[in-house]
Amino acid sequence: MATTSVMGGSIRRREDPALIQGYGEYVDDLTRTGLLHVAFLRSTVARAKITRLDTSAAKEMPGVIAVYTHEDVAHLGPLLAQVPIGKLRPLLAAGEVNHVGEAVAMVMAETRYQAQDALDGIEVDYDILPAVIDLKKAASDETKVHDELESNVIHTWTYHGYWAALGLEDQTPQVDAAMERDDAVVVSLEMTNQRLIPVAIEPRSVLAEYNPGYGCFTVHSSTQVPHALGGAIATTFGMRSTEVRVIAPEVGGGFGSKLNVYNDEILVSFAAKALGRPVKWTETRREAAGSTIHGRGWIGTASLVGTKDGQFLGYKLDAIADMGAYTQNFTVAIPLLGLWIASGQYKMPISWTVACVVTNTMTTDAYRGAGRPEAIYYLERVIDAYAREIGMDPFEVRKKNFWQPDEFPATMGCGFSLDSGNYAAAVDKLIEVSDYAGMRDRQEKARAEGRLVGIGVGSYVEVCGFGPAVLAEIGFSWTNYGLPASFNGSGLVRVNPDATVTVVIGTGPTGQGHETTWAQIVGDGLGVPVDDIRVLHGDTREHPMGIGTFGSRSISVDGTATFEATKKVREKAAKIAAHLLEASAEDIVFGDGAAHVAGSPEKSVTWKAIAKSAYQAHTSPEDVDSGLEAHTAFSPGNATWPFGTHLAMVEVDPDTGDVKILEYHTVDDCGNVISPMIVNGQIQGGIAQGIGQAMFEDAIYDQEGNMLTGSLMDYTLPTAADLPSFDLHRTVTPSPINPMGVKGIGEAGTIGSAHTMVNAVVDAVAPLGVKHIDMPLRPKRVWEAMQEARA
Amino acid sequence: MYSRSFDYVAPASLEEAFTALGDDSKVMAGGMSLIPLMKMRLFSPGTVVDIGRISGLDTVEDAGDHISIGALVRHATTASDALIATHAAALGMAASLTGDVQVRNRGTTCGSLAHADVAADQPAAAIACRATMVAQSASGTREIGSESFCVDAMTSALRSDEILVAIKIPKAGPGEGSAYDKLGRRGGHSDYAVAGAAAWVKKSNGTVEDARVALTGVGTRAMLAEGVGQAIIGTDGSDAAIKAAADKALEGVTVLEDLYGSVEYKSHLAKVFVARALKAALANAG
Amino acid sequence: MFLRPEPKGVFMNVSMTVNGRSVSADVEPRTLLVHLIRENLHLTGTHVGCETGYCGACTVHLDGKPVKSCTMLAVQAEGANIMTIEGLANNGELHPVQEGFWERHGLQCGFCTPGMIMAAAALLQDNNNPSEEEIRHGIEGNLCRCTGYHNIVRAVEYAGAKMRGEEPAAPDWEEVS
Repeated sequence: MATTSVMGGSIRRREDPALIQGYGEYVDDLTRTGLLHVAFLRSTVARAKITRLDTSAAKEMPGVIAVYTHEDVAHLGPLLAQVPIGKLRPLLAAGEVNHVGEAVAMVMAETRYQAQDALDGIEVDYDILPAVIDLKKAASDETKVHDELESNVIHTWTYHGYWAALGLEDQTPQVDAAMERDDAVVVSLEMTNQRLIPVAIEPRSVLAEYNPGYGCFTVHSSTQVPHALGGAIATTFGMRSTEVRVIAPEVGGGFGSKLNVYNDEILVSFAAKALGRPVKWTETRREAAGSTIHGRGWIGTASLVGTKDGQFLGYKLDAIADMGAYTQNFTVAIPLLGLWIASGQYKMPISWTVACVVTNTMTTDAYRGAGRPEAIYYLERVIDAYAREIGMDPFEVRKKNFWQPDEFPATMGCGFSLDSGNYAAAVDKLIEVSDYAGMRDRQEKARAEGRLVGIGVGSYVEVCGFGPAVLAEIGFSWTNYGLPASFNGSGLVRVNPDATVTVVIGTGPTGQGHETTWAQIVGDGLGVPVDDIRVLHGDTREHPMGIGTFGSRSISVDGTATFEATKKVREKAAKIAAHLLEASAEDIVFGDGAAHVAGSPEKSVTWKAIAKSAYQAHTSPEDVDSGLEAHTAFSPGNATWPFGTHLAMVEVDPDTGDVKILEYHTVDDCGNVISPMIVNGQIQGGIAQGIGQAMFEDAIYDQEGNMLTGSLMDYTLPTAADLPSFDLHRTVTPSPINPMGVKGIGEAGTIGSAHTMVNAVVDAVAPLGVKHIDMPLRPKRVWEAMQEARA
Repeated sequence: MYSRSFDYVAPASLEEAFTALGDDSKVMAGGMSLIPLMKMRLFSPGTVVDIGRISGLDTVEDAGDHISIGALVRHATTASDALIATHAAALGMAASLTGDVQVRNRGTTCGSLAHADVAADQPAAAIACRATMVAQSASGTREIGSESFCVDAMTSALRSDEILVAIKIPKAGPGEGSAYDKLGRRGGHSDYAVAGAAAWVKKSNGTVEDARVALTGVGTRAMLAEGVGQAIIGTDGSDAAIKAAADKALEGVTVLEDLYGSVEYKSHLAKVFVARALKAALANAG
Repeated sequence: MFLRPEPKGVFMNVSMTVNGRSVSADVEPRTLLVHLIRENLHLTGTHVGCETGYCGACTVHLDGKPVKSCTMLAVQAEGANIMTIEGLANNGELHPVQEGFWERHGLQCGFCTPGMIMAAAALLQDNNNPSEEEIRHGIEGNLCRCTGYHNIVRAVEYAGAKMRGEEPAAPDWEEVS
């Protein structure tokens, strides 16, 4: 495949040569002279007062340099959070523990084995208190998790209530009135959207160095948000941002779990400074269950009201979301992301309430989709149940209620406007490419043979591309980490004197292929080969400004910034080329590594000559500053709103409840596509995580707060053998929000898939009378639902 | 992630191994079960006796009236060995459904038996195949019936000074066949068994003359389902006979729930997989 | 408190061949093979993703067969012939599986990739024309959280075709004009 720069073309990734040969550099691969290793003693109980904590024996153990407890680090304050509603996490347990896995003490030793050994030498006594685990009980305040908080319910989101300045209408009366109508069909389902563990395959790792001579930290961390971490360290230690350099080298997956600033990152930095030696900590997989954020964890009742012929009249959600014990980065704000897409692709009044509740469990925060998979799951599951109730095809009922193409931008009751969409077109394409009619025929035949074959449909709309200034007002910013408030995108494009191009971007990719996609953007804009372009990211010393990678925002916000910076560089280069060619800048066009006068290809000058000229004041035009670079920040006027519809076919073993996925088709629309290869890869991975939630994954605490699924033996991730190949298609509805017309695709696959799978399995067993099965649809759940329905 | 310290010996002979074994020691063959436990510090033996370098233990042998599977025969071998396919098909199937490629390349059939995990594939298959466990120590050799080898969760009948050096399985005669089937934790055949069953049958003139059926995953150990075997003997092995026999799967069994199944579900699955294993064994018997 | 009486686990010398080179190191008995590879031999392409032998990021070839080096003690590999991801390419020429992963976008974050490639290379060594189901079962001991495995399967199919001397199937992503 040619490695030329073509927007809308798939080129091999720039990232891959190192990674496929084992030369990718991840944090745990790094070592330093005098490196110390860290192990944390973690709470084995969910809620207790610490009555004794004795580290003296541990301090005497071989190789141990220091052991810290709360007293050693109390002066640093709690872990900073971006939306500090609830109780902030103490860096080390402050006289009490509030979840299994909470860090109680920290050992620094010469080897990682010695650090771990020393945990055996720490004695801790707990006065155990009743753990608050069950969400409904927690919401009732029967037992409070934190004495100093008024209630376990630390915040409640309502559909019209979050953005008071807009004076939005409460649509609840409309929904309630619809439910009273004589011709109303009301369908309600109580459903769990279970807690998940993100499980990036690379465990988190942090390596901190402090040089007292330079007065600077250098911190390598497996993070999606190097600038936020740098800001948090600077704020915590009272330093200037330029005195903290954070580097995120290769990062082995994130999915939101590395979009937090963690207490361990602060603690390892502290230890490096205090002990005068480099310090590294790498999480173990079992440790991660109590030290890296979880996601989801909702229970709630969704109700849809509509007419007998399929017209939606309103939707209501009443849910509780589990925050865990302590608030970290965005914790409380996660359900808000779901709120904005609460109405999905449909035009109808919404009543939506999610109560945020603390429990004695690990903190929840952004996990791929973050609030949006939950919101879409409730909506799309109950739509499916409604369609079944009135006997209408699931595609037809959806199409009947979609926003129509001429209604965009479509302003929803939550105040935001859907930027663009053609929802029915995506459905029509899906019906065609999947041979939906044929699938239904095959299902009918299978059913006639007594087989349980089901077909599930699921639509979604996503909100992403966080960057609009309005979001900063409601906490979507890095203000508490001392960084500029709004999530502007950032791109710096520099043509070097030798005509190679350096692009410095503010993202924090964890596998999304930014080095390739950004090279395509810049290569296309400048007309230079992508091989001459090097894209840098993840080093706070090089980037003027960085927000990180999350919320499917990179391409539409940071990508646009780079696109605009490229344009500025091209305009400047055109002036130089015009000067060299004695032509007018307006007539200069770029391509094939050179600039030429439009209509006169023979009158050309190479990028090499332009670059050389730009860096030599005596050859550049008088009215042009020397150098050839531009930096652009970009703040979009709205978020972007990708969408799509998924379709799954499954077969259930009537004897065991075992589910086999037969087919999986999608039509996704993320606006214009730069690399179809990378976009498809994002969707495929997203679908696997959605299917993971639907079928396999479940973070389970028992009622004492013990984590029962802390290792991959029990937290069952999908393997290659559990999944089918995916049949992906797309429609392209450009976004009007940014000049490239792009929308973002990191989370869409996950947001679209979990409910599609559940809809399919419920369809398979619906003839038995099953109406709903809670995820994950392990064989036992499916079998139990069938048993209950048969009884 | 990081084991506690231990001493390590890699004896060149069984005699050396017996000398090294003591109260605080643990025998390691492939290490697939032991090493994760040690890394999670759930188990910390003082001495690990690695029998991996003892020659002569890695073979499947034809010993006249039986075949012998040595202590170091790995799952990958058990899954593909022709002698095992002929005489202990259930054990071969169990091996092919154990773990993944890498695990099968290191883990051993005997090691898995000695580990006695409640949800392992090997113990039930060994019981059905009428295996005899050959336990050797400095003081001699004793043979233990497979049905009494798994004593409790993670507890076998081996003494701490003994090594499971081999298992012996009677050769299959005409009309004999065996099979193993399970539901895995992620569905299908994946991973450990939520519930599984192995069956061995001997058919003669269209009648089931003898049978042995064993369960895994449902209680604290793999166990012989005696009632099933008795119920199928003397029948024609029809679907109806299989169903009637499978209904006796839980006689004398205390079913325990875990993350993957309630007592009711596992009880049901036991019957389903007993029936499936029996049907496959009968088909295998020709 | 669990304090093991000292001395335990005195260092032992192990020797083996890694990527064609004879190496030796002094390690504690408890040192995992993966830690020997990463920390003594500085071959950091072999990764550690879990501690229970489930993720397969640590997969290397031991005497030609794929094994999980985090579930093996370094001392167990005494005398063995090990190949890690760094040893797979031949004098700078990528192995067909590496090429397939690059051509078919079989990786995103790259963390599971070395182990995945080693597992896939072993699979194709035994059977260069596997079915999709055989590929999926051949790599089920390797977890990937990024790709959903779709493009990994395509990458292995690509490599199989190359190894058979055939033209690989075209990529299945729809180009947009």
